Amino acid sequence: MTTTKEWPLWEVFIRGQHGMSHRHVGSLHAPDAERAIKNARDVYTRRNEGTSIWVVEAAAISASSPSDKGPLYEPASDKVYRHPTFYDLPDEAGNM
Amino acid sequence: MTAGNPHLFEFLLRQGDNALVLGHRTSEWCGTAPALEEDIALANTALDLIGQTQLWLAYAADVEGAGRSNDDLAFLRDVYDFRNVLMLEVPNEDFGRTMARQFFFDAFQVPWLSALQNSSEQRVSDIAHKSLKEAQYHLERSAETVIALGDGTELSNQLMQTAVNYLWPYTGELFGEDDTDVAMHSQGIAPLPASMRKAWNDTVFSTLNEACLTAPDDPFAHTGGRNGVRHTEHLGHMLAVMQTLQRSYPGATW
Repeated sequence: MTTTKEWPLWEVFIRGQHGMSHRHVGSLHAPDAERAIKNARDVYTRRNEGTSIWVVEAAAISASSPSDKGPLYEPASDKVYRHPTFYDLPDEAGNM
Repeated sequence: MTAGNPHLFEFLLRQGDNALVLGHRTSEWCGTAPALEEDIALANTALDLIGQTQLWLAYAADVEGAGRSNDDLAFLRDVYDFRNVLMLEVPNEDFGRTMARQFFFDAFQVPWLSALQNSSEQRVSDIAHKSLKEAQYHLERSAETVIALGDGTELSNQLMQTAVNYLWPYTGELFGEDDTDVAMHSQGIAPLPASMRKAWNDTVFSTLNEACLTAPDDPFAHTGGRNGVRHTEHLGHMLAVMQTLQRSYPGATW
């Protein structure tokens, strides 16, 4: 039990359809994980958006630092051969 | 349909009015709930209940066969024509009482709607089937909240106990029995409400126990709502707010 009176912040991820991956949709406050899922259900799936919900405490997420942008991402920008753009994907393959 | 079944009409009003009155009370929290997340959850609950109201009262209007619509029944009847149980019309007071009331009602609705799925009337069965999923979610949520607040701080426990003490004498009316109940039972449309007692007790006592709350040991029950004999003073005030637009601008639509 924490001493703070504020509920912790949770990040919410929702899967829209089977076969798709969970996508970050936003955040909310809740006292515990179970309640966070219920709140997510009420806040983010009111219009049939989801088939599955993940929540994770925001404090448990480690994020990259914006100041590392150069070394992290720029080396990839001139390596076009890493993109699978040279293949023709049949429509039936669906989402890749 | 059967304009010759006044008991069915009465029964449907009871279902619809319970949902309508609790739905309206719950909607009063919109914009003022203790947290944004609770605010949206309560608004969702209110909308579920108003949706159920539309189905029950539309059916009631058809059975009555007097050319009235579900909107007419909701917005143009006065206090003495309402058939909700008294527990649902008393003011919200605070978040604790609101959630305790929701819990007492949900604990009835879940077994009740489950049983109504077996109704001899297909339309009753269909409405019950659709409403049950909503009621199950409401119950999960309200029971959890009662436990969280009852087994929370000294203050939240005290507020919840006050709410339980206040509401307890109103819970008995859920299990009332009169000619309409007997007629519904004999026609296979609905079970007797009293047959829900055991399921309700099981849910309520185990939840209160987990919530460190106690139920008053007094069987006295206020009655008069579901048969329309005597509503509390609060329903008139609530209807004044709820119905003012239709009363002031008859026939107004979006």
